[in-house]
Amino acid sequence: MAKYIIKRVIAAILTLLVLVTIVFFLVRLMPGEPFTNPKLTPDVAANLRKYYGFDKPLIVQYFQYMGNLLRGDFGYSMHYTNKTVNYIIGQTFPFSADLGIRALCLAISFGLILGILAARKRGTKIDFFCVMVAIIGTSMPDFIIGACLQYFFGIKWGLFPVAKYQGFQYTVLPACALSFYTLAHVSRIMRASMLEVTSQDYIKTARSKGLSEVRITAKHQIRNAIMPVMTILGPTVAAVLTGTFVIEAIFAIPGMGKYYVESVSNNDYSMTLGMTVFYGIFLVFCNLIVDILYGIADPRVRIGKR
Amino acid sequence: MAEFKQEQFIIQGKNTEKMESISRPALSFWQDAWRRLRKNRTAFIGLCILTLYVLMAIFAPMLSRYSYTAMDSDAMNQAPSALHWLGTDATGRDQWVRVWMGARVSLAIGLFTAVINMCVGAVIGGLCGYYGGKLDMIVMRIVDILYGIPSLIITILVMMVLGKGVAPLIVALCVVGWIGTCRFVRGEVYRLKEQEFVMAARVLGVPDFTIILRHIIPNIIGMLVTNLCMSIPGAIFQEAFLSYIGLGIAPPNCSWGVLAKEGIAYLRIYPHEIFWPAFFICTTMLALNLLGDGLRDALDPKLRGTE
Amino acid sequence: MQEPILSLKNIVYSFKTYGGTVKAVRDVSFDVRPGEILGIVGESGCGKSVTAQCIMRLNPEPPGFFEGGEILYKGKDVLKMNKKELRDFRAKEIGFVFQDPMTSLNPTMRVGAQIEEVFLGHTDVSKQEVKEKTLEILKLVGISDAEKRYRQYPHELSGGMKQRVMIAIALVSRPSVIICDEPTTSLDVTIEAQILELLLELREKLGTSIIMITHDLGVIAKICDRVVVMYGGKIMERGTADEIYYETAHPYTRGLMDSIARLDTAKDQELKPIDGTPPDLFSPPAGCPFAARCENCMAICNELPPEEYRFSEEHSTACWLQHEMAPDTPFRRPLMKGKEKD
Repeated sequence: MAKYIIKRVIAAILTLLVLVTIVFFLVRLMPGEPFTNPKLTPDVAANLRKYYGFDKPLIVQYFQYMGNLLRGDFGYSMHYTNKTVNYIIGQTFPFSADLGIRALCLAISFGLILGILAARKRGTKIDFFCVMVAIIGTSMPDFIIGACLQYFFGIKWGLFPVAKYQGFQYTVLPACALSFYTLAHVSRIMRASMLEVTSQDYIKTARSKGLSEVRITAKHQIRNAIMPVMTILGPTVAAVLTGTFVIEAIFAIPGMGKYYVESVSNNDYSMTLGMTVFYGIFLVFCNLIVDILYGIADPRVRIGKR
Repeated sequence: MAEFKQEQFIIQGKNTEKMESISRPALSFWQDAWRRLRKNRTAFIGLCILTLYVLMAIFAPMLSRYSYTAMDSDAMNQAPSALHWLGTDATGRDQWVRVWMGARVSLAIGLFTAVINMCVGAVIGGLCGYYGGKLDMIVMRIVDILYGIPSLIITILVMMVLGKGVAPLIVALCVVGWIGTCRFVRGEVYRLKEQEFVMAARVLGVPDFTIILRHIIPNIIGMLVTNLCMSIPGAIFQEAFLSYIGLGIAPPNCSWGVLAKEGIAYLRIYPHEIFWPAFFICTTMLALNLLGDGLRDALDPKLRGTE
Repeated sequence: MQEPILSLKNIVYSFKTYGGTVKAVRDVSFDVRPGEILGIVGESGCGKSVTAQCIMRLNPEPPGFFEGGEILYKGKDVLKMNKKELRDFRAKEIGFVFQDPMTSLNPTMRVGAQIEEVFLGHTDVSKQEVKEKTLEILKLVGISDAEKRYRQYPHELSGGMKQRVMIAIALVSRPSVIICDEPTTSLDVTIEAQILELLLELREKLGTSIIMITHDLGVIAKICDRVVVMYGGKIMERGTADEIYYETAHPYTRGLMDSIARLDTAKDQELKPIDGTPPDLFSPPAGCPFAARCENCMAICNELPPEEYRFSEEHSTACWLQHEMAPDTPFRRPLMKGKEKD
């Protein structure tokens, strides 16, 4: 087990290194530059460039940046003057994380329940309902779900607040909108996986032991069927994270996604770079945790037999 | 024993014709798949919807008297009417034409991205899986690392480098999009390569090229087609997402994502403007998902001959 | 003759598929007596596994369903049991060993837990006792270092070891009957011999009846007391192992034997495979299912299902060649007096 974890950690660090390198050079390749505001005189712009170290060779900038990163320093924003990227992330990330965690919990719990229910009641109306929810869910981009929820529950029926993020009622609509796609995806995979497991020989063995159907489902089917769901947890976290970009915009939540999209349109290099790297580290870290959880859940993975 | 006659008890020997008889008709792979796909009503409906949309995307803008760029300050934000079938947008552009122009872009991006990703992924994955060795090891290490990187971040950055437009969008979506297919094809090819029928062909001295053509490809083509069908929605989704956050298609071109973004801005006042792009995105996704599910069942060789 | 512990009477079992109903088992009856090893032999697709699994009702239902017949276990009809009774019956009275030990154990559960599960809800003995019983059974099926194996996962065991665990699961509640569905097919030959030896030994020690499903007449010869030969969902011939081997009365049984390579088969002597394929059970032939592949096929074989001819208490066959009007063939055996037909 220890060996397995060390292997995963090394892989994660390598991934991060490559990620940061790619992001750094891609950001520098971007057309347009941050100091094109016509109010700036050429002198000031040049000074600014010097201040941010853009006059040095790319390779020097790269190593400087990496050094700063190691100290956990993402640098200054070029747009919001005098604010560090760290500060902005610190201000905005809690909102995104709160929203994301709510959405994830919703998606995974309901997704699993729907998937299991559909598989157990295969061919019945319940199954049909669950499958329809799953198909509709995977067919709607989250900004459309967000817009729908906002329009009907917020504007038309006035059941929930339309925007901002200041209490439980405020979180309901965005969390639902954000979770729907993932929920559908999880339920779909869980259903397929449950059905796959149902036809396995060890289920027949379990049946031949005289176990009750409840026990067979709980101990033999779900435990084995949940593996494929765990493999998509990593991408799922990523999906929820991207979802926050648009959901935050629609519901006017002061989260990180909103600032990220802004930094892209403002050509705010260091902000984009910093936030991208932060997202990258975050996701790679999530993947690492998922991998380790997977190793704990499936004894075959630990020793490398898959 | 009156009921038996002596001539009934003369030995006739084996009946060579009957003993090999199989009463089920033999169907080719594609025939069988097509039969099952047609029987799957939801998948068939999906196929019909898609065909309709593709035809409309090609012909509707040609047959309309409006141009998708022509603004009309006398007809802004109109509700659907006989004149403008789906209403007009904030600058008085006809939504009907714009929706189908958007369909062209969205569908084209979905299709091209998925096809390119499939081809690149299948070729690289196939070569790695089939030949193995050092090449495989190196490529797979790279793929593993790339796989760990959130693809959307790379896509966003590449879009920022290349600028807006259809071609940059396709490139951006393909930069990392092939990795999934690559991993999956490699795994399949690797598994097939170890199977007895490939071994048998090898022992018989069949050249690699023929083995790949006759034994490997027919066994993964079904899964590839399904994969293709399932990855088109993903590409359309990402296009819509990128357009939504302002990185997708440059105006005056439009896609469903652009239309949705424009629509959401007027959600409170003119909800019908978001309705149509949302409707078409969702129904297309629905059709593709249904078709993909149907294809998966129809093309799975393990499910052949069953319901 | 001892009272049978388990008897199948006129079982008809079918599956519904898109092409129609597959009649997998057509009118099969046989008895299992206490402490005996009964072999069911036949080629793939002859309905032997379906027969075995329907005794415990393990076939997926639907698409499978009983069209008729009864399965009496100690006088009680398995088909009429309610859910609770059926579960008790599976847990306590009968065990099942599947063909492929690689896929028949749950990969995410420890071996010990999988064995102990049998007692779940069917006994009120303490945890400690259950564990003792489990360790004991592990030792009994020849697993050394039982304590260690108890805590391991299936993927840490070899194939033969896994099959032993499967047998342990089947035996742990000391059932009166265990059904082994080709238990050695997926194992290599030395392991096969060990497993067969183990089954014989367990029969001696525990007095369990064993139903042995196989396509391998060698296995039958080695361990079975009585044999049932199945083809096309029907029973072709039955009798003691000796009778089946030395007084073969059905051309199919002969064909099965001729198609095995044996050590004493001379090098230049050709194996005689049975040509052709088994009948399509979507539309089974009206007469004898083997008629199309039989060298001695007569007109009547295609028209009417053969009657059963009895040669001794145990030995009987369903073949028209035994009819008094049929020509003489090497298969002709003297019928038992007073009981020509059933």
